[in-house]
Amino acid sequence: MGILEVKNVGKRFGGLQALGDVNLSVAENSVHAIIGPNGAGKSTLLNCLVGKLIPDTGSVMFDGQSVLGRKPYEINQMGISRVFQTPEIFGDLSVLENMLIPCFAKRDGAFHLSAFKNMLADKEMVERAQHMLEEMNMAGKHAMNAAALSRGDKRRLEIGMCLSQEPRLLLLDEPTAGMARADTNNTIDLLKQISDERDITIAIIEHDMHVVFSLAERITVLAQGTPLVEDTPDNIKGHPKVREAYLGETQDAA
Amino acid sequence: MLKLNKSDTLLFVIVAAMVLLAPFILNPFPQGSSLAQMFNAGYPDLMQRFVIFGILVIGFNILFGLTGYLSFGHAAFLGIGSYSAVWMFKLLSMNVIPALILSMIVAGIFSLAIGYVSLRRSGIYFSILTLAFAQMSYNLAYSVLGNPSSSYNLTNGETGLQVYSNDPQYFASSSAPDTPHLFGLAMSDSSKLDIGSWQFTFNNGYYMSGILMLVAFYISIRIFRSPFGMMLRAVKSNQQRMNYTGLNTKPYTLAAFVISGMYAGLAGGLLSSMDPLAGAERMHWTASGEIVIMAILGGVGTLIGPIVGAGFNEYFKNILSKINDGILHQWLSFLPDGLENFIVGILHYFVGKGWHLTLGLLFMMVIIFLPGGLVEGGQRLAKLFKRKKTEDGSDSNNTPAK
Amino acid sequence: MDQILLQILNGLDKGSAYALIALGLTLIFGTLGVVNFAHGALFMIGAFCAVTLQRILNISTITEDPTKTDFLGNPAKIKTPIVETWFGPEVGASIIDWSVPLAIFFAIPIMAAVGIIMERGLIKHFYKRPHADQILVTFGLAIVLQEVIKAIYGANPIPTPAPEAFRGSFDFGTYIGFEANAIIYPYWRMVYFAFSAIIIAAVFAFLQFTTFGMVVRAGMADRETVGLLGINIDKRFTIMFAIAACVAGLAGVMYAPINSPNYHMGMDFLVLSFVVVVVGGMGSLPGAVLAGFMLGILEAFASMNQVKAIFPGIDQIIIYLVAIIIILTRPRGLMGRRGVMEE
Repeated sequence: MGILEVKNVGKRFGGLQALGDVNLSVAENSVHAIIGPNGAGKSTLLNCLVGKLIPDTGSVMFDGQSVLGRKPYEINQMGISRVFQTPEIFGDLSVLENMLIPCFAKRDGAFHLSAFKNMLADKEMVERAQHMLEEMNMAGKHAMNAAALSRGDKRRLEIGMCLSQEPRLLLLDEPTAGMARADTNNTIDLLKQISDERDITIAIIEHDMHVVFSLAERITVLAQGTPLVEDTPDNIKGHPKVREAYLGETQDAA
Repeated sequence: MLKLNKSDTLLFVIVAAMVLLAPFILNPFPQGSSLAQMFNAGYPDLMQRFVIFGILVIGFNILFGLTGYLSFGHAAFLGIGSYSAVWMFKLLSMNVIPALILSMIVAGIFSLAIGYVSLRRSGIYFSILTLAFAQMSYNLAYSVLGNPSSSYNLTNGETGLQVYSNDPQYFASSSAPDTPHLFGLAMSDSSKLDIGSWQFTFNNGYYMSGILMLVAFYISIRIFRSPFGMMLRAVKSNQQRMNYTGLNTKPYTLAAFVISGMYAGLAGGLLSSMDPLAGAERMHWTASGEIVIMAILGGVGTLIGPIVGAGFNEYFKNILSKINDGILHQWLSFLPDGLENFIVGILHYFVGKGWHLTLGLLFMMVIIFLPGGLVEGGQRLAKLFKRKKTEDGSDSNNTPAK
Repeated sequence: MDQILLQILNGLDKGSAYALIALGLTLIFGTLGVVNFAHGALFMIGAFCAVTLQRILNISTITEDPTKTDFLGNPAKIKTPIVETWFGPEVGASIIDWSVPLAIFFAIPIMAAVGIIMERGLIKHFYKRPHADQILVTFGLAIVLQEVIKAIYGANPIPTPAPEAFRGSFDFGTYIGFEANAIIYPYWRMVYFAFSAIIIAAVFAFLQFTTFGMVVRAGMADRETVGLLGINIDKRFTIMFAIAACVAGLAGVMYAPINSPNYHMGMDFLVLSFVVVVVGGMGSLPGAVLAGFMLGILEAFASMNQVKAIFPGIDQIIIYLVAIIIILTRPRGLMGRRGVMEE
């Protein structure tokens, strides 16, 4: 029984069957990648997991509880954090404040009216945020406006914000899309380190095969809204069906 | 001090000193001089407006400045507060305390209901929803709710709601004044101090409103520096990230909306306490627009901006409307006659009854060139000045600007 | 039955004005993506074009008539409008009488110029700014424009009558088989409705059947793609702004006899027109027109005494009430497209 169990999930948009009949089980503390060509339904699947979309059929269970019908913030409070394709951070706020927000959200819940406490006087929260910034090697940038960070730093900050909530499942949506090679490698190292050092499950949607094969312990290949095959990276590499349906094409294209 | 950090304490102390010493500061010219007629602003009516509109805009800024939700119907809460206060005068007594409490409660209830509905949409839809609610309130206050012959005459229509001698006033004591008062201290009463040819007026109503404004200002500083305030700024910055960080944005925005609605209610109650007459025109949507103008003029999202904006707006409205052609001729008498008449002819449209035009133009200029308002202008000047003084200016500020 | 028809007719004139203003607002919003709070001011400027032309036509030469004296014994002064000296008294008098319809031709170049100056001088710089800034700066402009008009024309409404032939009312009911006096309807309102129908039809025909209109429609649907085709969309959008200004202005010109122009009529109509746009669906031209007429008629029905007896004050709030319900239940309005303004 995995921490995330997706059973018979289907989703239609008008005449388009975006997801056919998806079954997926993500084992606890593993790194699980979901790959597939464009339009395979990867993003739709992800949106069904975090509450942005509600599937037409099937069930999504996280740690034995259904996530269906819950709002994104409720699902996050259950222990699922999401990293976006383009980093979603609070651009108008300082880096430290960016890090404080998830810390408060973790401790105080979805809504907490503390209008008279001084935010910076909350030692527990500030220390936690600063600690996480140090872990992300960003302690020196705590006073900067988050919008002024480099793209790689924005990515690190976003991942750090997710981690500061101590999620049990971290969902990443093409975390290296549009990054230069060096930044991509840094992100791979960071994710490796995270999965080695923490009790955390990582599910990653990715286009870049280099990232997938350096990180994943298991890979699910999605094509036309249904899982084609699920296996270890080595077996996926050699799988004839995958080569035919996916790898061959994209390697030519890339 | 007061659980504020150093720079906030300094800011608060400066504002407090200015409020308390305003009768001196605003009366720099001796009584009777022509400059005094023009520029002195130390008379009760105007000083009261400074601080009351200060409260209003401080509250509006908590909503618009922090969350970015542009309410175009905030004057409705001002009007509701005014009516509630006058009703307390009519029913209980002329003591302002129950009036102010009720005006905040009623405005709070209305803003809870209106906010709950309006905040289901964002952006321009939110603006239009608040506008629609405010216009509904205004129209109703003017028509059915203000028809003296109907059984639910809550607002007394065009005449305006006021206290009549046959009103019940169940708790009125015979010793108390028959104008709004604070436990016997009449709001309209002033004591005067003559020093040389200067005369300074200390008005009870002004000082009560001023102290309430300081309280309101203090609360707004605390909100700005609190986790709640940070969440409100996060709403403005990125709602998507908030939702995926386990935060429910709705109660945050609604709380901000209700707080700012109650500030507006308090301001309305104070207006009625200074002059117990409440009219529907306070609720018209252009009055809401004026609140927005004051907030923008001062500097949205800054602490001191609302006070600067409200003060600036009221002061210049006052001065500009006092200037007439005669005064212009007097000022420009050093010019050759033809040129003088020409310039006066042009300026004529910008002063006196034309002050709206000047403020409208100024407002446009600020939005176009100075989106951060006068506070940003001041900061730019200060920076320019600082750079001249010292070259090693490495001041990084991680808290929002003053 | 005749009551219902009467209310529909009563709603048509206001509905026409709403529809015309909302149409212009939608054109601007759909093409330029700008929320124009100064659009009501354009309507007002249009109405004052009618006032201005009326005044120009009434410019007179003053002659003394020694044969008559006024009550002080001075020779009577006779004002003769210049047009009457030019075209003869009869033609001149009817030109003055027809000043409102004539103002259409007077208003078109003025409104186009105002529109172009506004777009090039101000709005252009706000394409990339947030909608809140656009609202605020155009709101500021609206204040300035209304104050300029107030400074020039004063604060009082200026009666601007319709031509003699269209003053008064006629018994519309008898034309369509009702009893006499069942439906009495003012001539000019009928004219106004017909006029706005023509304008609306012209705008739609222009967008539908000309290449210019086709490009603009494509631009409304997907600005970037059209830009990529190498078409200079900005210039066309400026022209669209001018057209929208003309539509609002003409709506104002012809409205002058219904409601004597005053400086705040723009602000009065602006809020309602915005509500109309939202109800119709932001960015939808047919939606704006439909919602304009619908709300105008709804307002007329709500003003019936029978309705007011049940819901007092409903006539004052019906439009806003409908708007609130629509925004909450159908955020895209009656005919809006997906994704417009849904940040």
